[in-house]
Amino acid sequence: MLLIDCPYCEQERAEIEFTCSGEAHMQKPQNADDAQWEKFLFLRANTKGVHYERWYHVHGCGRYFNAARDTISDKFLLTYKAGLPKPELPNE
Amino acid sequence: MTRFSFPSLVRHAFGGDKGWDQQWAKPEPKASYDVIIIGAGGHGLAAAYYLAKEHNITNVAVLEKGWLGGGNTARNTTVIRSNYLYDESANLYNHALCLWEGLSQELNYNLMFSQRGVMMLAHSEHEVQLYKRHVHANRLNGVDNEWLNVEQAKDFCPPLNISPDVRYPVMGAALQRRGGTARHDGVAWGYARGASTRGVHIIENCEVLGINRHADGSVSGVETSRGTIGASKIAISAAAHSSQLMNMAGLDVPLECFTLQALVSEPVAPVFPCVIASNTVHAYISQSDKGELVIGAGTEQYVSYAQRGPLHTVEHTLAAICEMFPMFTRMKMLRNWGGCVDVTPDRSPILGKTPIQGLYLNAGWGTGGFKATPGAGHLLAHTIAKDAPHEINAPFSLSRFQTGRLIDEAAAAAVAH
Repeated sequence: MLLIDCPYCEQERAEIEFTCSGEAHMQKPQNADDAQWEKFLFLRANTKGVHYERWYHVHGCGRYFNAARDTISDKFLLTYKAGLPKPELPNE
Repeated sequence: MTRFSFPSLVRHAFGGDKGWDQQWAKPEPKASYDVIIIGAGGHGLAAAYYLAKEHNITNVAVLEKGWLGGGNTARNTTVIRSNYLYDESANLYNHALCLWEGLSQELNYNLMFSQRGVMMLAHSEHEVQLYKRHVHANRLNGVDNEWLNVEQAKDFCPPLNISPDVRYPVMGAALQRRGGTARHDGVAWGYARGASTRGVHIIENCEVLGINRHADGSVSGVETSRGTIGASKIAISAAAHSSQLMNMAGLDVPLECFTLQALVSEPVAPVFPCVIASNTVHAYISQSDKGELVIGAGTEQYVSYAQRGPLHTVEHTLAAICEMFPMFTRMKMLRNWGGCVDVTPDRSPILGKTPIQGLYLNAGWGTGGFKATPGAGHLLAHTIAKDAPHEINAPFSLSRFQTGRLIDEAAAAAVAH
């Protein structure tokens, strides 16, 4: 069970309170062609390493936030509020 | 290579079983090959076997980062079926099922292929309608599938709890009698033996670090942990690491990797006659010939390469198993593991050419790649040899995510592949 730090609740809560909503910082294209729609709808970083993703605190505050997580160890490096730019990662 | 037969078993038994050959060679990599296949799992080895057998292309190397059949081939729950909803999927998986049916004899290798039947339970009126639609669609496509009412389902699988007093009572089931299980390791070993006998090089402990290209963009070979190896045709068949390999060639792919867990119980006498899958309560179960119950859970929701998952998923699955089969409530579980499954947005695989000349992709089989092993290998070999997809795998192109011609099995069966 992962422990996830909700940046709104400012509490570390169990994974079962959350759902993961996929890769973060996806920009919906304007006046897109087929290739841009493909990129937005389907192509994903699928990073082996630090992955930026959205989480939804469905059984808590009910808000979306972003997280940086290492997909090899599943360790959360940090979480931050939705709308903020990709942050610098803290040094290990 | 010694053929396995009753006389050869007797002869070797009298020799103390000391005279068996190596089942496949372990050659050093050559400077170049006609075809390189990345990934020595069931799919990659099958592709190499069919390239040699059906297309007479034997100057082939199968490169493997770890050891042969050590990835998802060794981690799946060995279920085989072809009762998919859409025409394209039914054709694809039934092609594989037809190859499964003669495969032990063809490879001269006991795959322990057992068509014990796969029964998928319906727990709601909606699911009853959905599975009946599946049955009709399958029959139109020549795939066997039949609807069973509750009593018929109980007759087919006596341990099943059909009490109306449970949270999700069983309301009926769809049964594919030609479905079943096979020995997962045996499939990789059988194909490796068949390919190696025909001259294919299987090179383990050889991680691909880069994909080299000519000035015109076509592939020229790979950089590996054991040096540069040339090839004019390269096929990526690396399951969860297909994204990384495609990135090396400068391409993004519509894949995400999730953890999928499975577990086995202590071995017991034969008690469970078939494979049962339930989408509503998220569980599937069969009994191996060794006597272990083999149980699969659903995928996790976040991208992960950890190859391990959380306990609450396993608890959820076992709760479902115990409610469907109360006789298993006191069974002890022996082992639990996770695999890393590569999933596409429409839950159908990608099998075909890529925008790069000479580069082919076989990926995105998600939670259901094992059942397709012979078919995927057969079609990938065809695609490589002809430089064009077979009519069966043509719809499963990488370009469908741009054209929009998805094969949306996600809507049809998002879990329990």
